[in-house]
Amino acid sequence: MKNTIKKITLAASLVALPFIVSAADSQGGSLMMAATTAVSSAEITGSVPEKLSVSNANVFNRLLKKEKDPNAAPPDDGYHDPANDATTALQPPKVAYEGLPTTEFGNRVDWVKALDSGKLNPRYDRQDPDVEPFVMDLDIVRPVKASVPDVVFPHKPHTQWLHCSNCHPKIFVPQRLSNQINMSAIILGQKCGVCHGKVSFPPTTKSCKKCHSKEKPANWKPPLSEASVKNPWR
Amino acid sequence: MNANTERTAAWKLALLGVIVWVGATLMPQPAQAEYADVVINNYADAAGMRPVVFPHWYHRIRFRCKVCHADLGFKFKAGGNKITMAKIIDGKFCGACHNGEISWSVENCGMCHSGIPGTPTHIAGSTVQQLVAPAYKALKK
Ligand code: HEC
Ligand code: HEC
Ligand code: HEC
Ligand code: HEC
Ligand code: HEC
Ligand code: HEC
Repeated sequence: MKNTIKKITLAASLVALPFIVSAADSQGGSLMMAATTAVSSAEITGSVPEKLSVSNANVFNRLLKKEKDPNAAPPDDGYHDPANDATTALQPPKVAYEGLPTTEFGNRVDWVKALDSGKLNPRYDRQDPDVEPFVMDLDIVRPVKASVPDVVFPHKPHTQWLHCSNCHPKIFVPQRLSNQINMSAIILGQKCGVCHGKVSFPPTTKSCKKCHSKEKPANWKPPLSEASVKNPWR
Repeated sequence: MNANTERTAAWKLALLGVIVWVGATLMPQPAQAEYADVVINNYADAAGMRPVVFPHWYHRIRFRCKVCHADLGFKFKAGGNKITMAKIIDGKFCGACHNGEISWSVENCGMCHSGIPGTPTHIAGSTVQQLVAPAYKALKK
């Protein structure tokens, strides 16, 4: 008898666990509500489990938000109106992405590989499908002071999609190393960030090395901060 | 602890599990954006139309960026092109293709005007919006 009860309890908690975890994952708010529900149920039965009576502020992920489905169909994406008749006529991204090479960020599609492998061949001209893009294969290496690998800017994948005038001269003067670029500007949507972080793949932990792709020499060491080097109390 | 208290404790725990489970499944899930979808709402709301949703992913499968951003003159700025229906039926912006020749024609209002009323102009899933401490005022989803 005792054993069956233990088994039932275990089963019930196992069923509940993923949902508790997913609630914590998706939004702090859900866990807070789940916790409140739990406490009030305990009140009905007369004993408040110690663990649940702590502050609701101490959720596991206070700020991490994870997308459950990054390629949701239009009626579920949060800005398409499901009440609009035509919304259901729109194509769900997943249907179109089938068979395309994948990544872990942005659209979850590797658009560069999709072109290179010939799986996609979008038009370069509005009407004529046979116009070939004007591709230029020129890499620009940008040495980076920080410990991350140096940046290689490849003209090839860019000119496969874009026109020179999309970048030159408004975003970048066409001259090696004569543009000031830094990571904060990119994240805020300037320089490379005009596109990366909006339409082309975004800067995020798993994509850093797409741009930072040239390893530092083996003997490279990060420069030391002067304030600490000069500190007599060290 | 004797068998009796242990049994009640176990049932309480089981009940708790069920309640948490029900609570968690009934919770509204966060909105899921398709990266790079653009909501355009300079004028639509004010004119009583749903905002426009422009899917980048769908168009880039068919056209390279150059077609729209160099040839057709779309600026790299959500809402920055001041698109209106008058310009569209004159063959500018969306009207360069949504004219019944390259793509379906403009009378399919609901295909473009498919956004939830009140949604501000923005680009979905952008890095600035997803920062933990927002650089700009966060958009309500
Ligand atoms: C360069 C040409 C071009 C331009 C410019 C263009 N479109 Fe399109 N669009 C297309 C084509 C081609 C299709 C596919 C039509 C078909 O399936 O027959 C399409 C399809 C669509 C779809 C339907 C997607 C689906 O799920 O089926 C929407 C919505 C749309 N366009 C909105 C817009 C809006 C809004 C604009 C202007 C901001 C715009 N388009 C500008 C060519 C264009
Ligand atoms: C995606 C944006 C982008 C596009 C599109 C682009 N470029 Fe560039 N280009 C750059 C960047 C970034 C640099 C490096 C600037 C720097 O280091 O300060 C650069 C540098 C250059 C340079 C200087 C090279 C040197 O050795 O000094 C030339 C010339 C150039 N581009 C020509 C072109 C031409 C021609 C095209 C079209 C076929 C083109 N670019 C398309 C971003 C672009
Ligand atoms: C005008 C828009 C634009 C700008 C500005 C831009 N890019 Fe890109 N970049 C693209 C597009 C489009 C692609 C194709 C892949 C995609 O869309 O995800 C691309 C691809 C790349 C790739 C190839 C990734 C691969 O999978 O091989 C690298 C590396 C890259 N960009 C680095 C940079 C750097 C560094 C800068 C700034 C110096 C920059 N880009 C500025 C639009 C841009
Ligand atoms: C779209 C391309 C791109 C992506 C993606 C990218 N970076 Fe950068 N990063 C650059 C460029 C360009 C510079 C400026 C290099 C220079 O000084 O010329 C830079 C500079 C830096 C620097 C040096 C400090 C500074 O602000 O100049 C650090 C550190 C850095 N990046 C970290 C990262 C990390 C971490 C990621 C991943 C979250 C990342 N980067 C993703 C292009 C990129
Ligand atoms: C190809 C996509 C597309 C189609 C189809 C379309 N629109 Fe629009 N419409 C737009 C865009 C883009 C805007 C600009 C939205 C904004 O900034 O608020 C717009 C704006 C509007 C506006 C407000 C601005 C103005 O011009 O007065 C009205 C009203 C409007 N549309 C009505 C319609 C009606 C009615 C239809 C069907 C006959 C229609 N639209 C079909 C893309 C489209
Ligand atoms: C069919 C036409 C079309 C194609 C193809 C297209 N775009 Fe766009 N793009 C648009 C429209 C429409 C907007 C929104 C402009 C507005 O709201 O006024 C836009 C906006 C943008 C913005 C501004 C986003 C912001 O938040 O300010 C960027 C960056 C951009 N596009 C990059 C690209 C890149 C990179 C590609 C190629 C991979 C591309 N676009 C392909 C039509 C297109």
